[in-house]
Amino acid sequence: MLKHLTGSEIVCEALIKEGVSVVFGIPGGAILPLYGVLSKYPALRHILTRHEQGAAHAADGYARSTGTVGVAFATSGPGATNLVTGLATAMMDSVPMVAITGQVGRAAIGTDAFQEADITGVTMPVTKHNYLVMRADDLGRTVHEAFHIARTGRPGPVLIDIPKDVFIEMGEYDPDEPIDLPGYSVPGMADEAQIDAAAALINQAERPVILAGHGVVLSRSFDELRELAEKAQIPVVTTLLGISSFPEDHVLSTGFPGMHGMAYASLAIDEADLIINFGSRFDDRIVGDAQRFSTGSKKIHVDIDPAEINKTIHVEAPVVGNIKDVFGQLLPKVKKTTRVEWLQHVEHLKAEHPSLRIPESDRLMGQHVVKALSDVTKGDAIITTGVGQHQMWAAQHYQFKNANSWLSSGGAGTMGYEVPSAIGAQVGNPDKLVWSICGDGGFQMTMMELATVVENRLPIKYAIMNNNHLGMITQWQSFFYDGDYQAETYTGNPDFVKLAEAYGIKGIRVTSQDELESAIREANAHEGPVVVDFVIEKVDDLYPMIPVGQSIEELIEDPN
Amino acid sequence: MAETANGTFQRTIAALVQDRPGVLARIAGLFRRRGFNIASLAVGRSERPGLSRMTFVVEGPEEVVRQVAAQLDRLIDVVEVHDITEQNIVWRELALIKVRANAGKRGEILELANIFRVNVIDIGVESLTMEISGGRQKIDSLIELLRKFGLEEVIRTGRVATLRGTLVEGEDDGLFQSDASKSTYTLPTATGESGSV
Repeated sequence: MLKHLTGSEIVCEALIKEGVSVVFGIPGGAILPLYGVLSKYPALRHILTRHEQGAAHAADGYARSTGTVGVAFATSGPGATNLVTGLATAMMDSVPMVAITGQVGRAAIGTDAFQEADITGVTMPVTKHNYLVMRADDLGRTVHEAFHIARTGRPGPVLIDIPKDVFIEMGEYDPDEPIDLPGYSVPGMADEAQIDAAAALINQAERPVILAGHGVVLSRSFDELRELAEKAQIPVVTTLLGISSFPEDHVLSTGFPGMHGMAYASLAIDEADLIINFGSRFDDRIVGDAQRFSTGSKKIHVDIDPAEINKTIHVEAPVVGNIKDVFGQLLPKVKKTTRVEWLQHVEHLKAEHPSLRIPESDRLMGQHVVKALSDVTKGDAIITTGVGQHQMWAAQHYQFKNANSWLSSGGAGTMGYEVPSAIGAQVGNPDKLVWSICGDGGFQMTMMELATVVENRLPIKYAIMNNNHLGMITQWQSFFYDGDYQAETYTGNPDFVKLAEAYGIKGIRVTSQDELESAIREANAHEGPVVVDFVIEKVDDLYPMIPVGQSIEELIEDPN
Repeated sequence: MAETANGTFQRTIAALVQDRPGVLARIAGLFRRRGFNIASLAVGRSERPGLSRMTFVVEGPEEVVRQVAAQLDRLIDVVEVHDITEQNIVWRELALIKVRANAGKRGEILELANIFRVNVIDIGVESLTMEISGGRQKIDSLIELLRKFGLEEVIRTGRVATLRGTLVEGEDDGLFQSDASKSTYTLPTATGESGSV
């Protein structure tokens, strides 16, 4: 049924038709006409963030944790450019998002008008697609296309830029108008010949390893992954973003590999005769030196994006398709086996290279904090992190019980992701416990969002791993710059407990191992948000470590 | 895949793209950030309303240029893309060549033009301009032969290519029409690229 509406109304009706119930954003001049109709659409809950980067990361956290498309609003110019880091973060990790930005009026475009920025030009490399919509008549179709593009195939962020007067203009909206994207197809089932080739390799392999990436999480193929691994008795290594796609207490769980991953995971990959990659892009943090990556193995690469096949690693058996469909095709063709010898060897690797030593120190260390969080929450929390040492400790020591409970900026490596992504995760999962594990560096990049937390009564628990240092930077300067420490010390950190209290948030400080469990229990028991300032030791030795661009041969295990 | 003189590789990509503002910017941006080097690019409206055809010749390390078609296909505005490097294709390029030509040299130049079956499209007191279409080698050859007269301007369109309609081997690269192929003229050594693969 054709509707005659303003551009703003078309946007809201189309968002509701797409199932959107929450948007994160900040108003500004060019997008005010859209905000002007929000009161007519109570189905759209607007969460006002304090910075547009926060809106983008919150939409990202919402999307990752719920499996739906996250939505962010921002105004023209600086509002829109402030989204860029959030879009780039979502793009690198294939997170479905739609960002709607206001633009200056049509007549002013290209005149360097006040708060004008060519945001479609700026965001081309960091979006899956973007639009500048010049007619209200095109808005409805564009919004529906944007959601289709964002959530299907390899997901990603899509930006829609709308001039102020297009929001105001009357236009036709046909909710049933079919989308028209002749240049866009969504892979489903894989070619049967590719499946047969992959199944044959799996059935012949003696030392196979599954590398489970973000694609398993994005396609929600947790049960299928487990079924395949158990049927063919294949150890499962999860990539950083694949963490929580496979139960970590499972006997076949073999950790995460790469630069700061478990040594046994990297060794299993190195010694394998077959790598079965489900939805990982053979990222350089896993591969290191591509010439020396698991040279004795054949590779199967299952990916929905054909451009990822043979991009960094040559594979014998490419399988292009939706991972969930591919599991369904592969499972009946993969033989049930026992593989006793190889599994014993992998167990031996785990025993010989434990990698996850909790430091035997009286002082409070990052690992102690994550271990205690994992124990007290029984692995049942949604965890968000920033980037750096605390992220790696979280990845190494939190024992994830639930699928899809790990939110971390893997590809972009965005410090500051931890604070607002937790907002999105909590909004999307109001009944779940959300712990945001923060670095003191990253926390200060986005901590203004504590106001958003308070305003929306979100019971998020923030764990600041506070060592007054950019920990990963000190480590690299120690290893690769002869200990020439530069710009890594934070001497101006605020009192995070007082800071929390200034926002009306409960603040707790923990300085010793003895206080750990009781503080975490106290935070969990508190109804509202909590900031726990864990005052930890500065260390230069996050192990294991494979230096950048190197291989397993250069693995540095914990010398202590 | 043809290896060029400097050790990089060339691929020919044919794409059908949406005829919309910003499409070229998307493609150019993709090429820039992925490190694909455009040797030539030809764009024009296609037989299908709303769609343009683009023919790219890209240069770079082999493992990089092999990814061009797959990366292009990720763009929503790219409707179809084919890496036709190893397929049976026919391609042509158009060039306008303005060469210095006073009365004394004009006869020799016109004779060359005749052998190459090119059209002289403008003639002045001191120069003449000819239009040549064909494969790269043919155009390169003519340019080399004209160089000694003094080249004033060379304008090339870049390659346009299409798949051959039959499986019968065609002309090598369009150097000569069928009757002219009996000519004794031989090509100067080029980089081993051929119009039909």
